[in-house]
Amino acid sequence: MASNYASQFVNLLAALLLLVVFAMLAQRRILSMINLFAWQGLLLAVSTFIVAYSTAQHHLYYSAGLTLVLKVLLLPWLLHRLMRKLNVRWDVETLINIPTTMLVGIALVIFAFNLAAPISQLAEGITRGLIGIALASVLLSLLMMLTRRKAVTQVVAFLALENSLFFAATSATHGMPLVVEFGIALDVLVATFIFGIFFFQIRETFDSLDITHMEKLKDD
Amino acid sequence: MIDLQLMALLLIPLFGGGMLAVFGARPWAAELNSLMSFCTFVASVALTMRVIDAGPQAAFNEQFFIDQFNVYLVALTAFVAFTTSLFSRPYMRIEQHHGKLSVGMLHLYYSMYQLFTFAMLVALTTNNMGIVWVAMEAATLTTVLLVSLYRTPASLEAAWKYFILCGVGIALALFGTILLYFAAERVLGQGGTALLWTHLNEVKGELEPTVLKLAFIFLLVGYGTKIGLVPLHSWLPDAHAEGPTPVSAVLSGLLLNVALCAVVRSKVLVDGSLGSHFAGNLMMGFGLLSLLVAALSLFRQKDIKRMFAYSSIEHMGLITFAFGMGGAVATYAGMLHMTVHSLTKSAIFFAVGHAVQKAGTQQMDNIRGLLQVSPTVGWGLVLGTFAILGMPPFGVFASEFLIVTTAMHEYPWTTPILLISLGIAFAAIFGKVQPMVFGETTAKPLPHPPALVPVFLHLLLVLILGVYMPAYLSDWYRQAAALLG
Repeated sequence: MASNYASQFVNLLAALLLLVVFAMLAQRRILSMINLFAWQGLLLAVSTFIVAYSTAQHHLYYSAGLTLVLKVLLLPWLLHRLMRKLNVRWDVETLINIPTTMLVGIALVIFAFNLAAPISQLAEGITRGLIGIALASVLLSLLMMLTRRKAVTQVVAFLALENSLFFAATSATHGMPLVVEFGIALDVLVATFIFGIFFFQIRETFDSLDITHMEKLKDD
Repeated sequence: MIDLQLMALLLIPLFGGGMLAVFGARPWAAELNSLMSFCTFVASVALTMRVIDAGPQAAFNEQFFIDQFNVYLVALTAFVAFTTSLFSRPYMRIEQHHGKLSVGMLHLYYSMYQLFTFAMLVALTTNNMGIVWVAMEAATLTTVLLVSLYRTPASLEAAWKYFILCGVGIALALFGTILLYFAAERVLGQGGTALLWTHLNEVKGELEPTVLKLAFIFLLVGYGTKIGLVPLHSWLPDAHAEGPTPVSAVLSGLLLNVALCAVVRSKVLVDGSLGSHFAGNLMMGFGLLSLLVAALSLFRQKDIKRMFAYSSIEHMGLITFAFGMGGAVATYAGMLHMTVHSLTKSAIFFAVGHAVQKAGTQQMDNIRGLLQVSPTVGWGLVLGTFAILGMPPFGVFASEFLIVTTAMHEYPWTTPILLISLGIAFAAIFGKVQPMVFGETTAKPLPHPPALVPVFLHLLLVLILGVYMPAYLSDWYRQAAALLG
């Protein structure tokens, strides 16, 4: 009975996760996007915790803790700090055609569910059907990276992609081996630092964080 | 014993990275960098001898696995990393003399260079498909700040593209790895062993084919971005053209191989599971497309490093095609081609680096008369170009010949595409290199003597491989080809 509740709760969290990705896709303000990213991390940590509890996979508790520290506290804090230092806290991004982006997003979700259908058949226990949602949020994060024009929001999209992958790992497989997960977390952390260094270099060189300035390299 | 040898191989560059993080600003940092690379090379030779004598071995609780296939890449990687460090010593001093680099930038360069070597060696030797991913991402992270080392607008753009595109690509590879684990844990059970390649290889027949099919698509697209397979290649020419030349040399000569190694490992699992040639066919398709598109793009190039970057895409396409065909001969040829391409392409980048320093520009229209101002750099470029274009007696000819003849036999319809692409590449590169080396010149002499030993050493090795293949080497390659099936 308990596992039934757990399963429903994880499904609810998965749906919320997908919703947050959609909200990020449509969000114009950079600051709100970072906050949404932190919420996504929190949903992820809670769902990992529930999966850990109901399947008695102890190493998932570590994953949940790691997610909480890294993706809910540390990375959003780092990004907020960067925003303050770069003085782009209140920047608003002009997004082209949000309704079209949303429609493309819905199409991607349908595509992801179809693609994942044969795999979901194989999954057991509480995680069945979550692979489709995970794949959908991976694809939506990719779409987000394509539509964004500011360096900071591209990075948030990149981190959201990482979150979706993490969700895929916990939902489909009850988490990768711990050594791999630590390695991945380390890579993400280092990548965020390097992104931070880049922001300053880009702003120094181009006087803005708009990546439209960076489309000059061509073959001729 | 094997544990110790492997530990030496991996810890030397890690330790070197730490040392250079501390001492990278000292005047002797370049020598320390070469010394560390040399020690890594010695450790790789010791490991190679052992594996050739005693066969495939696992180390550290099976977390690492070394067989004839990856030990050959380990030796190649350590060797080219060593010679590139020799080349970078005078090259970076000249750049510093020209005011393009500061001491702080060199500091970053030296320490990242060692860590990059470390990441590549981990990616090659690890048995864990998850750690392969972590190490590949680490290799990107260590090189991304090197691509933007000059801090010019163009180099920043190139580095950003490299970071974002490879980041997305590698994220897809992670999804592929997750799917692989999903299929594996149903057979091998939860926990540590389900991502170990050796264990997966034993049970590959029992893995769920539908999942593995999807996993391979993600893995190929993900690591394929790193290999520079068309249409995922757009970061590669930018990163190779805008970064410092030693970085272009190791990216072109080594990192692409490491990514391809990961794809080949996955292919062995997937085709074993499906019992068909699905993964091989995909690799052949991507390989042919890369070969053709890169060859056609060569004509449009005006920047010399960009042109040779496209040539790398072309050759990686050919190698991917060869591994895709599979079978003893094609795999053997693919490995031989990987070797000679790494050696030749890094030699070319060394020569190109000095040529660019002399001419003061990367625009091919403004580089003229290299033979007049510096016969050694000029001849290095000419011979390197001949070698990479597959002229006999260089080794590239031998491997290309093997690949094309195997393709004629197994997949006759691919022959015209292969031959036309190689012909186009020949015309394009030869036509552009010829005016650069002959004729009158405006180039200036360099403030430090250039590093030409690595150029001619590499070309000599390629020549030897073309003329005479030592028996133990061909035995070694044959064993490795047999392992990959």
